[in-house]
Amino acid sequence: MPLRFFLARLIDLVVVLFGISIVVFLMIRLIPGDAVAIMLGANTEITPESIAELRGRLGLDRPMIEQYFVWISGVLQGDFGTSIWTGRPVSEEIAANIWPTIELTLLSVLFGAAFSIPLGAFMAQARGRGSEVAVRVGAIAGLTIPSFWLGIVSIFMVSKLFPGWQALGYVPFTQDPLGNLSRMILPVIALSLPMLANLSRLVRSAMLDALGQDYVRTAKAKGAPRRVVVYKHALRNALIPFVTSVGVSAGYLLGGAIVIEQVFAIPGLGRLVLGAISERNYPLVQATILVMTAGFVIVNFLVDLLYAVIDPRISRR
Amino acid sequence: MIAFFRQNKLLTFAAVFVAIQVLLAIFAPIVSPHDPFVQVMVQRMKGPNALNWLGTDQLGRDVFARILYGYRTSLLTCLAAVVMALLAGGSLGMLAAYYRGWFDRIVMRFMDVLFAFPIMLLAIAVIAVLGPNMWSAAIAIAIVYTPIFARLLRGPALVICESEYVLGAKAIGAGDMRIIFLHLLPNIASVALVQTSLLLSAAILVEASLSFLGLGAQPPVPSLGLMLSEGRNFLLLSPWPAVFAGFAILFLSFGFNLLGDALRDTLDPRLRGRD
Repeated sequence: MPLRFFLARLIDLVVVLFGISIVVFLMIRLIPGDAVAIMLGANTEITPESIAELRGRLGLDRPMIEQYFVWISGVLQGDFGTSIWTGRPVSEEIAANIWPTIELTLLSVLFGAAFSIPLGAFMAQARGRGSEVAVRVGAIAGLTIPSFWLGIVSIFMVSKLFPGWQALGYVPFTQDPLGNLSRMILPVIALSLPMLANLSRLVRSAMLDALGQDYVRTAKAKGAPRRVVVYKHALRNALIPFVTSVGVSAGYLLGGAIVIEQVFAIPGLGRLVLGAISERNYPLVQATILVMTAGFVIVNFLVDLLYAVIDPRISRR
Repeated sequence: MIAFFRQNKLLTFAAVFVAIQVLLAIFAPIVSPHDPFVQVMVQRMKGPNALNWLGTDQLGRDVFARILYGYRTSLLTCLAAVVMALLAGGSLGMLAAYYRGWFDRIVMRFMDVLFAFPIMLLAIAVIAVLGPNMWSAAIAIAIVYTPIFARLLRGPALVICESEYVLGAKAIGAGDMRIIFLHLLPNIASVALVQTSLLLSAAILVEASLSFLGLGAQPPVPSLGLMLSEGRNFLLLSPWPAVFAGFAILFLSFGFNLLGDALRDTLDPRLRGRD
């Protein structure tokens, strides 16, 4: 990969991360009325002194630019401030909730990507008007099924069909691998279905494109078996747009995970941020959103680099 | 006209499917056999029957009536959101393409930053600021979709700005506003229409998710997402409200997605069969 390409992408990444930090920083300060009074309002008596005290504690009495630099230099050192109610460092609360979300997202990406390839390759064999329409309607249906509804219905079905199956909650993998995975099956299926629909349609059309190329005809002409033609020649080239799509989908999954965690009572970042919003624990809201978004942006940056490695033409543009 | 619909069967089907649901929402007060707010405690959690076609919820309210009014909430929120996003994002994208230079760079950078947030997360952040209710949800969805519209419309607008007829119009001294409204706008209208339909489909899912999480419409407003989250608590006693509300969300979102997909084929035959 040319250095120039890498540096250009890196600068983009830094600019976007900087912009995100500004948006997240300004978020609390945009709350109509005094955010501090709102934060106090949940359970303490509001006096001018208590407001001034909390303002001072949060550093809100200093100039805006200074506040930003104090905040961002803390963030870069892993210090996101302290949680308003518990008094624990925000970074600790995030660390305690991050693994379920990472596991859920990662397993869903793997599941969606792994199943979309054979599904898309299979769908590419079916051609003609009837199957065109079926593929299209099926893909749109997969994309528009509300994943949280799918989750709820699957919980209901499982509780009727397999009363012994513990479908809700979370146990760390290290503590009980089997219990962890059995609880992950339903949320992973629910979360990855839209991605599966999207990716398998993409694999199908990329496969159809690739199957019409000269090198596939050559491979057929030299007498290569059908499986080799489909999986080795056509599929490999079809995978290039696939990689980008997987990266983009990972971001959607991260967003969808917030809802799915709520459905399956998984104690991840989604539940953390929703709890923080209802408690008006703004430092925690801010930090969780920043961490999740930064994670998403960095994943997409890596995917961009990977894309350039797979297809060298990209970096020369 | 009839020949057109005969040629575009998928488009016709999608348009009729969407129109039925939109009309049901608009005429909910006339169509609905029951009041969606009236609680009949003796009729709680009934399955579908002759009196309550889709059954009743945990407070004895008619599920069919609540779905019809839920359609209203959902469509109103999402239409408001997508129109706001189209106006804001579309005009930013168009102006950026027309004026280029520093204006383009600053606007699109800002759009990149907003675009970098995962959709649900940005929507949740906006609602954390504005407080949870139906209109916050609409504004949140509008903010999330603004950069998407800006990016989607800037590309085609750039192509048109470079085209000979725009250069010609400039050469004979047409003003900026004249070119933007007379040449640019009509030529990206079809792209905008397709994207509006597709994004409406996605917005319906986002709105449902937000109200499911308690961040959108608040009880007792009839809302499809809320019906799901309330129904979830009584799932083992009576799955009907949750099941039917889910189907309602699916049908609404599916209809607009299919409509957008079919519109793309019809308006731009070059794209036919591509994803």
